[in-house]
Amino acid sequence: MVSMESPDLGHGDPVRSAPPADIVLTREMQAESVPGAPEPDTRQVVFDIRGLDVHYGPVLAVAEVDLAVAAREITALIGPSGCGKSTFLRCLNRMNDLIPGARVSGSVLYHGLELYGPQIDPVEVRRRIGMVFQKPNPFPKSIYDNVAFGPRVNGQRRGLDDLVEHALARAALWDEVKDKLKKSALALSGGQQQRLCIARALAVEPDVVLMDEPCSALDPIASSRIEDLMVELKRDYTIVIVTHNMQQAARVSDRTAFFTAEIRESGARVGVLVEYDQTETIFTSPSDPRTEGYITGRFG
Amino acid sequence: MIGILFLCAALSVVVTIGIVLSLIPPTVEFFQEVDLGEFLTGTEWAPLFTPPKFGVLPIVAGTLVVTVCAIAIALPFGLGTAVFLSEYARPRIRKWLKPMIEVLAGIPTVVYGYFALKFVSPYVQDLWPIGDPPGVFNALSAGLVMGIMILPMVASLSEDALAAVPAGLREGAYALGSSKFEVASRVSVPAALSGIVAAFVLAVSRAVGETMIVLIAAGGTPNLTWNPGEAMQTMTAFIAAAGTGDLSQGSTGYQTIFAVGSLLFVVTFFMNVFSNRVVRRFREVYE
Ligand SMILES: Nc1ncnc2c1ncn2[C@@H]1O[C@H](COP(=O)(O)OP(=O)(O)OP(=O)(O)O)[C@@H](O)[C@H]1O
Ligand SMILES: [Mg+2]
Repeated sequence: MVSMESPDLGHGDPVRSAPPADIVLTREMQAESVPGAPEPDTRQVVFDIRGLDVHYGPVLAVAEVDLAVAAREITALIGPSGCGKSTFLRCLNRMNDLIPGARVSGSVLYHGLELYGPQIDPVEVRRRIGMVFQKPNPFPKSIYDNVAFGPRVNGQRRGLDDLVEHALARAALWDEVKDKLKKSALALSGGQQQRLCIARALAVEPDVVLMDEPCSALDPIASSRIEDLMVELKRDYTIVIVTHNMQQAARVSDRTAFFTAEIRESGARVGVLVEYDQTETIFTSPSDPRTEGYITGRFG
Repeated sequence: MIGILFLCAALSVVVTIGIVLSLIPPTVEFFQEVDLGEFLTGTEWAPLFTPPKFGVLPIVAGTLVVTVCAIAIALPFGLGTAVFLSEYARPRIRKWLKPMIEVLAGIPTVVYGYFALKFVSPYVQDLWPIGDPPGVFNALSAGLVMGIMILPMVASLSEDALAAVPAGLREGAYALGSSKFEVASRVSVPAALSGIVAAFVLAVSRAVGETMIVLIAAGGTPNLTWNPGEAMQTMTAFIAAAGTGDLSQGSTGYQTIFAVGSLLFVVTFFMNVFSNRVVRRFREVYE
């Protein structure tokens, strides 16, 4: 089941093998390829998630999610609060491992490799699959040390200056901070801090960047800068973003997944994936009435 | 009601001021008899003998040696315990481990004293690596056990400081591919450093002020040496020993107690000022 060209995420030497470039899209995506398009859709799948359940202790939080994330696209996750978007997102880089009692079952294939397989080292997973959080969380260190943190942790000692500059430039922050790299990151504005966190994530040269409501703590101007940045970054990275801002999802994403919380017979609220499609389709002609209700502002 | 609460608050202030004031007259009288320079630089301490010797350095050195031994135990093990509790232990383990460690802090110091003398000292004698083995009374046994005594305080205060580090910082570090140890050593501990330093300073104050263990286990001989295998007297042990003797009020010997008490007060006062500064900085670290 582990294919030959799979990235090595095992314990031991962190081989930086490039992801394979020739995986053909799986069922969902082929099914919804545009009618009339002559060629089969051959975009590369980064995550192929099937039958994913997440429990917190005895409580089922997210159930039976099937979803495939394509490379170099922005995939948006939307849905009402508490429907499990963050929970789902955190499954993709094994951040849920850090929550005592959290349990993930089902399959998360990352470039064909089972992320929850026994030989997988979650630390190496997180190095390749970076994450940006809702609240900017720079370390109480200098701007430079924030960006250099990941490379240092991964054993890099030389060429850090270039790496830091490059990462900051990619995050559209270099010009604003190049004269104060040794100053505390906490002196930056919220929007700058969030771009610093993006730079920090990019500095480890990840394959995927997960973002959990990266703009929700920012003003509209800072948000729109981050949106521009995301569009810019998708040329090189696969991005999955959780957002409560539907305009944002519509503006930046290629595909949108709508989650909601279902009430089961037992009375339990369980997060489920309702609909997953091209963003345009989701926002113009959703096939599920719940999706339509949500995007038009009618809930339930 | 506010009046009663104010009185409660005022009481401790009044008591502190009272103690300081009661120290001053005998101390002043003492320094009319004894030269301050001789007191602070003299290397012989025999204030109750004839002729008396008032060089305080031997008991200052004794205090220092015992404190260093205590800190050598309390700091690494206390910090290690705190890091384990806050970064590694599952909630269930933490729930029973933390109170267990805090029980250590509730054991009377006299028990620690006899533990040092009867249990630790024989091992110190047996395992002494170089030269003649130390006697039954030695500073090392007292210091090691004092380290065990203050360990819970270091652990508990450091754990509080670590627990105050926002979870988001740890998540950020994990998301960059850090191992648990890297998160603890590069994010949590540095972010909590000021709190940890404050715990450390408080621990030093505790060690400097601790009396009973040294009185029982370190022997009562003033001894200007850095060798922890020897018997020593500390400032507090001198005060306790001399204070329980039959010194007549107004004698120079009697005043000596207050002079040493004043010195001890000055030392701990500055340590507390220092730790307060550190604690104040601690509040400013994140945000
Ligand atoms: N650490 C946790 N322990 C226990 N339950 C949790 C935990 N985190 C989330 N949950 C539960 O899982 C469900 C999904 O939460 P999640 O945070 O994934 O939702 P969300 O869609 O991200 O919501 P929001 O939009 O408000 O961020 C909720 O019912 C929540 O109470
Ligand atoms: Mg969320």
